[in-house]
Amino acid sequence: MTPLLKIEHLTHFFGGLRAVYDFNFEIPEGSIYGLIGPNGSGKTTIFNLITGIYDPTEGAINFQGENIKGMKSFRIVHKGIARTFQNLRIFGNLSAIDNIRIARHYTTTSSLFASILRLPSFKSEERAVKREALELLDLMHLSNRAMETAKNLPYGELRRLEIARALATKPKLILLDEPAAGMNPKEVDDLMRLISRIRDEFKVTVFLIEHHMQVIMGICEWIKVIDFGETIAEGLPDKVKNDPRVLEAYLGKRGT
Amino acid sequence: MNVRKLPRFLIAVVLFYIVVEVLYRTEILNGYLLHIINLSLIYVILATSLNLINGITGQFSLGHMGFAGVGAYVSGSLTTLILKLSVTNPASMLPFLLSIIAGGVVAAFVGFLIGFPSLRLKGDYLAIVTLGFGEIIRTIFNNIDAVGGPRGLLGIPKFSNFTVILVAAFLTVVIIRNLIESSHGRAMLSIRENELAAELVCVNTTRYKVMASTFGAFFAGIAGGLLAHLIQLAHPTQFGFIKSVEVLIMIYAGGVGSLTGSILAAFGLTFLSEGLRLGIRALADATGLPIGGEWRMVVYALLLIFIMLFRNEGLMGMRESRIIKNVEVD
Repeated sequence: MTPLLKIEHLTHFFGGLRAVYDFNFEIPEGSIYGLIGPNGSGKTTIFNLITGIYDPTEGAINFQGENIKGMKSFRIVHKGIARTFQNLRIFGNLSAIDNIRIARHYTTTSSLFASILRLPSFKSEERAVKREALELLDLMHLSNRAMETAKNLPYGELRRLEIARALATKPKLILLDEPAAGMNPKEVDDLMRLISRIRDEFKVTVFLIEHHMQVIMGICEWIKVIDFGETIAEGLPDKVKNDPRVLEAYLGKRGT
Repeated sequence: MNVRKLPRFLIAVVLFYIVVEVLYRTEILNGYLLHIINLSLIYVILATSLNLINGITGQFSLGHMGFAGVGAYVSGSLTTLILKLSVTNPASMLPFLLSIIAGGVVAAFVGFLIGFPSLRLKGDYLAIVTLGFGEIIRTIFNNIDAVGGPRGLLGIPKFSNFTVILVAAFLTVVIIRNLIESSHGRAMLSIRENELAAELVCVNTTRYKVMASTFGAFFAGIAGGLLAHLIQLAHPTQFGFIKSVEVLIMIYAGGVGSLTGSILAAFGLTFLSEGLRLGIRALADATGLPIGGEWRMVVYALLLIFIMLFRNEGLMGMRESRIIKNVEVD
């Protein structure tokens, strides 16, 4: 079976700085894969390369057998890759429900003309978009916040809102950039259940960056570890956890 | 009948029309005041359309009056130089309206062209490009002898009246509101809020920036045409940088992103500016102080500084009045 996402020899330079070097990865459909590594090791850069924010210096990114390298971001999202951000990028001045509705944008077909004249087709489509947005908010336990201005929501809820927004684009693959950052232990537990639920209910493949070892070891089926843009370990959670190179990257060399 | 479903904005505008007409017919409202109301309504078109670009889509434009100039000169040339319409002939109304729309369409095309180079620019840089563009338009009018050069295009027939201007302002607000409350408008809002995130929820940011610029320019062109046919003149200085800043001030005073705010500020600041002229003259007469009408700009500017200091989100912030908001959306 061809993998959902296949990355080959991905390399990226910022000027003279080598951010990612010869990164290879395959993600099969329906899995939850994790990417870990110390700060500044190039994890977010890899997400940015996949989603077209940066144009890779070298390498190939195949999604469902199609090369998406060099495509504009919104086209990549259209193909079925959604993401969240490490330092939230919420539409702060808009209501929570509008944050979701915007993400339903590309599936709406009402023309400018129909929208301005408010033709019946426009109205029924708007109702459908609203219903779907409310369903998503409900799934994220945010339905009582629908009309709230997004920037007034607490941090944990904003994280969930961003995941809901990403899901609203109906992705096949969702990239989560440190979804548990800043969450308390209870919220982390809920998040882990949520991620598993997303995979099962929405049939979405999950690729996540995380520092929370509990999350990584708890839900990821396969883990890739990078440092200075290079892969240093890869495998099942238990194997990676005890890999000497991983311990060294995180904790430093054992004194002799 | 469900009261919530009534077209509140339409009712408000019809009431406004009746009140103004009755007051004018009974001579409580003189021609001068009606002129100020007409000017305010034209500023409503200018401010709401600039708000679509600056407030809704978040692209800082400083050349809005340039588009108005295009509309004014195109429609003015059509009615005055080419069609030679006369106000006394009732059959002239339709060609006049078509000329105004033609002015809007040409302005929209210019807005569309300007949209492209501006796409790669943000914030201050975009402001400078649009500023430069506005000045180019002004200079072009200044140097075309066929439309009067620096003297301006004179003798434009006075077709714009209260009814025409009010209908135009009403349609502008309704169209922009309906646009904002649609999926297209939400795409524009998302660009203002966070362009990268917008792109990553599948919004074609390029397309919507150009669309906002085109729409904004179209309505500015309409406003310019109506203005030229109200004051019977199209002059390069009317469409310069300072005038663009005036409209910009309106949207900031009213609240960036709020159509209600733009409407209130268009009326408020137009009346304030005229009221200060009269007020200061009266003050000078009463006290014998050597101050003339030109001091009104000082007071006007001071008032604006106070608005920004004490209410920097503008009159309305980003809120919208329930009269303007569409009922079906919530």
